[in-house]
Amino acid sequence: MNNNVSIYLAIAAMALVTWACRCGGYLLFSRITPSPALRRALVYLPGCIFIAYVVPALVSGPPQNWGGAAVTMATMATSRNVGLSIAAGVVALFAIDGVTGFFS
Amino acid sequence: MEAPITFTSTGFWRGVRRSLPLVAGLSPFGFVVGLITQHHGLNVVQCMAMNAFVYAGASELVALANWTHPAPILAAAFAALVVNLRFALMGPVLAPWLAGIQTLPRYTSLAVLVDHSWAISVTDMRNGGRDFGLYVGISVPLWLGWMAATTAGFLSASTLNLPPHHPLFFGALAAFVALLVPLWRGKTDILPWLVAAGVAVTVAYAVPHTSWYIVSGAISGCITGALLETKRHE
Repeated sequence: MNNNVSIYLAIAAMALVTWACRCGGYLLFSRITPSPALRRALVYLPGCIFIAYVVPALVSGPPQNWGGAAVTMATMATSRNVGLSIAAGVVALFAIDGVTGFFS
Repeated sequence: MEAPITFTSTGFWRGVRRSLPLVAGLSPFGFVVGLITQHHGLNVVQCMAMNAFVYAGASELVALANWTHPAPILAAAFAALVVNLRFALMGPVLAPWLAGIQTLPRYTSLAVLVDHSWAISVTDMRNGGRDFGLYVGISVPLWLGWMAATTAGFLSASTLNLPPHHPLFFGALAAFVALLVPLWRGKTDILPWLVAAGVAVTVAYAVPHTSWYIVSGAISGCITGALLETKRHE
């Protein structure tokens, strides 16, 4: 197969599958009536999905990321400002890298 | 009877304002995706097509890591499936808003669903928000910012070389950490979150480069929460 054609086909396949993921869950749930137990479980989904993302990323990343995450979290808890919290985390990481680099 | 779902320009602009820090936080990640796309021999149009229509950076990185010539159509589709399966869990939570709008805008909105627009919308929904303009207002700048960042990364691939753990790349993870904070609802979340984190770390170690860890972690956390609540009511 022509290389360019295969690239476009691969992109189209990825786009289709991703769109199906995005719509599929909604479509399924709009056709069934969730039981009370399922609704109780769904309330926990937003927090659990994000914690299931963040913790493995921190565990597999460089250790100083924990410091950056702590600063981001503390800034967010006090300010509720996403932009400020991201910036504070990145700046903290620059600082940690600077300090550890200075001693190594 | 609950208030109807609305779509106001006030809500839209509120969404735009809320999205701007995320656009900034995510741009280093988009930049990396663009860089890597160039390294695997795609041209700029293909890079833009992938980011416009797949629009899910993590799955693109996994697919590109196993890229071949000619392109691996099935493998790329499978990478997209396993990394993006988490979106199937997110859609139903937005159902109260989505049910209030017409079919075409509903599925167009779902096509640009990402973790960040979802987290902000869910937080707003929990606080009684009924304005779908917020979701659209977040989604549009996020998509435009993603296109700009990935294309910029692609175009500067030949001239730039940042180390993989450069502090700027932490911006993408920091965005997730920040969005996690308002999702915390109190002591009842402690055990479900611990279970979700524990399962996620274990599965991520066992099956790397997929999103099974997110899906399994999230589901086990939800089950824990539901069981605890059932027990409290008894």
